[in-house]
Amino acid sequence: MNTYLIYLNSKRCIGCHGCEVHCKTNKGLPVGPILCEISHEPLRSVKGIPKTVFQFRSCYHCEDPQCVPVCPTDAMRKRPDGIVYVDQEKCIGCMACQNACPWGIPQFNPVSGRAIKCDYCLDRVDRGLKPACVSKCTTHALKFVRLVEV
Amino acid sequence: MINSVWSICGMCTARCPIRVEVENGTISWLEGNPHLLDGALCAKGSAGLALLADDERPQQPLIRRGGRGAGRWEGVSWDAALDFVAEKLKKIIAQDGARSVIMSCRGGPFVDPAKAFIKALGSPNFTNHDSACGRNVHHASLSVYGLGRSDFAYDIKNARHLVLFGRNLLESLKVGEANQVLDMLDAGGRLTYVDVRQTVTGLKATRFFLLRPGTDYALTLGMIHGIIKAGAYDKDFVDCYTAGFDELAAFVEPYTVDWAAQECGIKTKALMGFIDELGQDRPRVIFHPGWMLARYRDSFYASRNIHLLNVLMGNVEIKGGQILAKGVKDCARKGIRNLVDGPPAPEERRADGVGWKHTHFDKGPGLFQLYYEAMQTAEPYPLKSLFCYRHDPFTCFPDPAAQKRALDHLELIVSIDTHYSEFGWYSDVILPESVYLERDCGVSVQKGPNPRLIYRKQAVSPRFDTKPGWWIFKQLAERLGVGHYFPYNTIDELWAWQLEPTGITIADFDQKGFVDLTDKPVLFDREKLSGSFATPSGKIEMVSEKLNKEAIPSLKPYASPIKPPVGMYRLVFGRSAVHAHGHTINNPLLHELLPANTLWINKREAGKLGIADGDWVDVIANGASGLIQAKVTEFIHPEAVYCIHGFGRQVPLQSRAYHAGMSDQKLQVGLLTDLDPVGGGLCLCEGFVEVRRSSKNVKRSVEL
Repeated sequence: MNTYLIYLNSKRCIGCHGCEVHCKTNKGLPVGPILCEISHEPLRSVKGIPKTVFQFRSCYHCEDPQCVPVCPTDAMRKRPDGIVYVDQEKCIGCMACQNACPWGIPQFNPVSGRAIKCDYCLDRVDRGLKPACVSKCTTHALKFVRLVEV
Repeated sequence: MINSVWSICGMCTARCPIRVEVENGTISWLEGNPHLLDGALCAKGSAGLALLADDERPQQPLIRRGGRGAGRWEGVSWDAALDFVAEKLKKIIAQDGARSVIMSCRGGPFVDPAKAFIKALGSPNFTNHDSACGRNVHHASLSVYGLGRSDFAYDIKNARHLVLFGRNLLESLKVGEANQVLDMLDAGGRLTYVDVRQTVTGLKATRFFLLRPGTDYALTLGMIHGIIKAGAYDKDFVDCYTAGFDELAAFVEPYTVDWAAQECGIKTKALMGFIDELGQDRPRVIFHPGWMLARYRDSFYASRNIHLLNVLMGNVEIKGGQILAKGVKDCARKGIRNLVDGPPAPEERRADGVGWKHTHFDKGPGLFQLYYEAMQTAEPYPLKSLFCYRHDPFTCFPDPAAQKRALDHLELIVSIDTHYSEFGWYSDVILPESVYLERDCGVSVQKGPNPRLIYRKQAVSPRFDTKPGWWIFKQLAERLGVGHYFPYNTIDELWAWQLEPTGITIADFDQKGFVDLTDKPVLFDREKLSGSFATPSGKIEMVSEKLNKEAIPSLKPYASPIKPPVGMYRLVFGRSAVHAHGHTINNPLLHELLPANTLWINKREAGKLGIADGDWVDVIANGASGLIQAKVTEFIHPEAVYCIHGFGRQVPLQSRAYHAGMSDQKLQVGLLTDLDPVGGGLCLCEGFVEVRRSSKNVKRSVEL
C-alpha cells in the first residue's frame, strides 16, 4: 500500500506554477521535462463571479504500476513505501515506461538522455523533508500526506 | 559542506526574503526564508537559478561601437569601461555642469550608492520609474494623510473584508501578502475584486465587479455616497481625526449608488449589497490603495477616494486594518548610516521642474518623463547624460520611439543592469551588475509594524566579469574626485560603517537573515493618534489644505471617460505570476511556462471582427503596430483589450524573448506626455488601438 500522497488544497492554490519550477530546479532539469503540472478548466460564471478550480498532477505512484515491469533494465522501481522512481544509473532512456503509462507521465531528460519522473523527491523524504513542490509551495496549498490504514 | 546563506530575492521588486544552500560553490537549494515565509517561494523565485545559469546576459562591460541600438558592442575590462565613462562625464560636467547628469533607478531598498553618487557629483537630478507606477497613489496619500504610500502597512490577515481595485495581488505577487489574503479567506473573510477583466485574484473573490474601463473614480464616489447615506462609517474616528467631512458629504450628494452603478456598468443591487457588507465588516475593512495606478486621467482622484474610503471605515492603527509603518525611531533605536547623507544637497533646481515649477509634487524622485521634454528643449538647462540603474525606461514608460528622439540629445547614456534591457541595448555603455545571487547589497531599514534591518548577501561567485552596484558607484565616484563619500573598500567595511551607530553587527544577521528592531508589533494608541498625520492641519484632510493653496480641487467633479471610437479598444495591461515585467521574459524556465502573451478580447467583440480564439491579430495604434494571438473570452469588458506587459522585446541576444509576444508600451503612442496634472502619474490606459484579424493567419502557402 502506498504511504504518501501529495494533496492540493485548491482553495489556497493561486495557479502560480511555482511547484513546477521548484520541482525542476531541485532536480536540475533543463527546458523540456515537466514532472508536475497545475491545470484548470475554462472559467465559468458562478453567481456572477467567473470561477475555476486549479488541479495538481504529478505521478500517481500506482499500486500496480505498468511502467515498472515494462522497463528492460529494472531501472523503474517501486519502493516498499510505494514511491515509484527511476534508478538513473540503470536507465537507458528507451522510454518504454512512458509508452506503458496510461498518462505518459515519465519524461525524457534531453541532457542526461534518461527518463525522469516524480519520485516525491525521495532523497528529501528520506532525510525527513518534504518534496520540493510542497516545501516551497507559494501559498502552502500543497500538502505531503502520510496515509494511514484505518 | 553545505553553507546556508540568508539573502533577498531579486527576481521582482517584491524582494521576498530567501535562504540559499550552497554546496561547494554551487546552489543546491533555494527557498523562502523559513522564519518569515515558511519556505514558500514563487515560480520566479526558483527560476533565479535559471537566471544565474543563463549565458544570455551581459558578461563583461560593453562599449557601443556602432550607432545607438545597432548592437555592435566591444567587450572591455572594468578599468577601461569605468575610465571611458569617467572621462566623458568629466568633459560633460566641465562644459554643462554636474546638473546635466541624470540618475534613474528602479527604486527599492538598495539604491543608496546610486543616490549618493549623483548627489556627490552635485546634480539634483535623481529620479526613478514611479511616474509609471505608484506616483498617483503616493501623492494622493500625501494629500490625505501627509504621509506617503509606503508609510502604511496592511494587516490583511486579520481583516474581515479586503477590497481590491485592479490590485491583482495573487499574480502581481508578494509571497507574504498572498498568504495573508488566503489566511483571511480561510478565516471566513470577504474579498471584493474590481477590474475590467477577471484575474486569478478575482477567482478567489466573494464579490466581483466587472467595471467599464476608466470608471473607478465613479465607483468610489458612489461607494462614498452610499456609505455616508447608510451611516456605515466610523463617526467617532471621522470626528476626532479628520477635516472636511461635511464638504465631502456635500460633494458626493449627486453621485448616488444608482448613478455609479449605471456609469460603471454594474448592478445597483450588487453595489448596495456590497455597502451592506461594509457596514457589517467595518472597521476591519481594507481598501487596498494599490501600487500601480498610472492608468487614467482621474486616477489620482480615484486613488484619493480609496484612501478616503479607508478613513471612513476608521481602519487606521487597528488589527485587520491599516497600520502606520514604524521605523527605527519608533523602536527607540539609533538608525543606520546611509551614503546619501554624506554629500551636501545640490543647490541647483531639478530639470524636471519638480519642487519649483511643479510645487505640488513630492521632490524625492521627481517625475522621470518630464526630463524627456527638458532634453529636447534644453530648458531649464541642457541635459547631457542619463544613467539608468536597474531600470528600463523603454519597457517601463510609453512610446520608446518618442523616448529615443529625446535621448538623441544626450552625449552619454549608461545602463547598469544584470540583463540586456531594451534601454541598455540603445545605450553607449553597459556596466553589467552581478545577478542578486552573485552580489551583496548594503543594509536597509524595512519599515512596518515590525521594523527590521535587512540585507542581501552574495551566495555564489559571479559567473562572469560582472560587479555589484556598491562597487561600481564607488569606482566611478573615485574617478570623478568624490570617492571620499564612499568610505569603504569591501562590503564588510560598508556594512560595518552603516551599522556602527546601531550597536548591531553584521554577525547578528547570521541567525535569521534580518535583525528585528522590536520584539512585538509597535502599535500607537488609537485614542492618541493626533500628531501622527503630517498634513498642514495635523488631521486627515478630506479636503487638502496643500492642494487648496495650489488652487487644485481636492474633490473633482466626475467626467465620464470617452468611449473608444468604433472598431477600437482601450489597451490595458497587467501581470502574470510567472513574469516580472520585461526582465524575466528571457529566463529559460519562465519562458517555458509563458513564452508569449496573448490579446484578451471580449467574445462578442471578437465575433463582430471575425476573430476566433488563437487567431493572429494585428493591433494598430497611431504609427505603431503589433502582432499577437487573440484570446477570446467573455470575462473582459467589451471596451478593453488586454495583454501581459513586458513582451515584444527586441534585443537579439535574448534568443527566447526576441520578438516573442507583443509590447503594449510600443502601442502607447503619444502617452509619454500624457501626465496626470495633479498626481504626476502617466495615463497608460488612455490609449486606443484598432484590432483586426491578421493576414498572417495561414490560408495557403505556395512555397516549394
